[in-house]
Amino acid sequence: MTEVAPFTGYVYPNETIIPWGVLIVLYPYLTGLVAGAFTVSSFYHVFGMQQFKPVARFALLTSLSMMLFVPTPLLLHLGHAERSYYSMITPHLTSAFAMFGFFAAFYTVILLLEVWFVFRADNVKRSLRSTGLARIFYRAVTLWSDDLSPRARAIDAKWLLILAIVGIPSAHGLHGYIGFVYGSLKARQWWESDLMPIIFLFSAIVSGIALLMVLYVLSCKLRRVLLDHACLKGLTYALWGFLMFTIMLEGLEFANLVYKGKEGIDMIMVYVQGPLFWRYFVLQFGLGALLPVMLMSIMIALNTRGRVFVFGSTISALLVLMSVLLMRWNVVIGGQEISKTGKGLLTYPMSFFGQESFMSALILLIAPFILLWVLTRLFPPWVDRSGGM
Amino acid sequence: MTDDKIKTERREFLCATGKTLASLGVIAAGGSLFAQGAEEETQTKAAKVSASFPTEDYDWTKHRWAYGIDATRCIGCLRCVEACKAENDVIGDANHFRTWVERYVYLEGDEHARVDSHSDPQNIAASGSEAKYRFDNRYKDEKVSKAFFVPKMCNHCEHPACVQVCPVGATFKTEDGVVLIDHEYCIGCRYCVQACPYGARFFIEEKGVSDKCTWCYHRITKGLDPACVEVCPTGTRIFGDLNDPSSPVSEFIKNNPIQVLKPESGNAPMCFYVGLDKDVS
Repeated sequence: MTEVAPFTGYVYPNETIIPWGVLIVLYPYLTGLVAGAFTVSSFYHVFGMQQFKPVARFALLTSLSMMLFVPTPLLLHLGHAERSYYSMITPHLTSAFAMFGFFAAFYTVILLLEVWFVFRADNVKRSLRSTGLARIFYRAVTLWSDDLSPRARAIDAKWLLILAIVGIPSAHGLHGYIGFVYGSLKARQWWESDLMPIIFLFSAIVSGIALLMVLYVLSCKLRRVLLDHACLKGLTYALWGFLMFTIMLEGLEFANLVYKGKEGIDMIMVYVQGPLFWRYFVLQFGLGALLPVMLMSIMIALNTRGRVFVFGSTISALLVLMSVLLMRWNVVIGGQEISKTGKGLLTYPMSFFGQESFMSALILLIAPFILLWVLTRLFPPWVDRSGGM
Repeated sequence: MTDDKIKTERREFLCATGKTLASLGVIAAGGSLFAQGAEEETQTKAAKVSASFPTEDYDWTKHRWAYGIDATRCIGCLRCVEACKAENDVIGDANHFRTWVERYVYLEGDEHARVDSHSDPQNIAASGSEAKYRFDNRYKDEKVSKAFFVPKMCNHCEHPACVQVCPVGATFKTEDGVVLIDHEYCIGCRYCVQACPYGARFFIEEKGVSDKCTWCYHRITKGLDPACVEVCPTGTRIFGDLNDPSSPVSEFIKNNPIQVLKPESGNAPMCFYVGLDKDVS
């Protein structure tokens, strides 16, 4: 049973049930991680930036693991998940959401193909080397082709480049599109913004880079291999640059909202100074964005190296991951906590257990990492001594 | 009402009664002869009718429904809310409404209205149940400078944002101007609930679909008024066909300076108001 949201001031009676809950917070978060991780993979696979080679294949697997779970919060949220395919067979084209299924499916195919080509040579070698069930598995994965001739490898490389080039606009298009779903909704002033798709896109990139940093450092610890400092440094620089841009965009959006001061701004100001103050200004902006920018700036200025740099970068990345999750929360939940009456504020009552609850969101947030762990076991992405072939 | 108008109406009434009686006579005479065939035909018709709207004896291209609300007449009795809940089997709580009434009160010295409605805990306490709707008497000892009620509902907009955003086309605008939801096709994404600037839509958790006012489409296609209009004791709620220049709503629009809610939304509402105040949103 959905809980009734407590409110102050005057809200429309129907608003007291918040329509989009924590799962819809998770959905753009996961999609953002997909796009961001794909960006990191493209640094190497498209732009040929060699320092990202150690995480390039891992980034692809990360993107895939997240992508396969992107539809789950949506499906769990729907009142009739069994009807979800209606949006594919009878898409109502005036809706900003009608194309999501197609975009997501297209990008998933691109991602699967890219993963297949990237890991093809390794899988062929594994199929030749292994026995029993493992052999059958890898033979099936390679589609029973063991051609590793220079000509075949050249074809792989050509396809990889094409897929990566198509993949970049697909991954980012998918996420910009989700930003558009919110930004185009004129009924909610907190969402209605032309900058929303761009903000979603940049925050997606920073979240993906940050995730890769954390996972890379963690995996090196777990695998007990030496961390490639050039790679981590490259990721840190990328996070630093994109983060500054993201902060600027979000600041600009807020300034626009306040400066334009349209009807309803009074209640928005009450909201940002009251319930939103901690999770918007302090946590999302201060702790999650400005602090990591300062930390990374100091490390870059002082040319920090070694363990301190690894520690500083990882902390910065973790803070950014928290900040982007809070950004999704503050957008999705925040928008609904400001009443359409312009005269009241609601408080989202998140249930702990249930279909759309803290627990279901937590499970869906953890699940992609379990899948990622399985995938890295089946298809070791590492190019150092612990993986690769 | 002028004497001429009364005479005209009486004449129309007698004419209509005469025609009806004559028709009944013909039907009664021929009825026995064709009873069997007619029964079969009725059954076929009934099967077709239940399959879809518009019904066979109702042509939706011939009507253009609209709604009028004279806020100056509303006394906040909430018979409309109760009738709507009963007629449309709307969840009997303080969080799901196809129509609701807002109370606006300015006490002496107030610059902005104090607004409340049925989700207000004090009103729920006053009625004794979430399923009963009353406005409490909280201002009885205050000096009220201005007070009025504003009934609200789906505005059945000309350009409905809710219809625009539905990803599967489960919600749609009928030929006769009513925004409906196909509960058999709604996937329950609640995008329409977000998109409605008037808070007119809600989600039925038990059924997993969105819901809202239909202007009692099941009644108006049979020539009846919506339940809320039917029960309104003060003539606050007015309904009719814009294609008929003498319909109550056409007269209402013709004879009053009318307003709509949130015109800036671009939705072009088809609920027309008289007596709105600056603080009504």
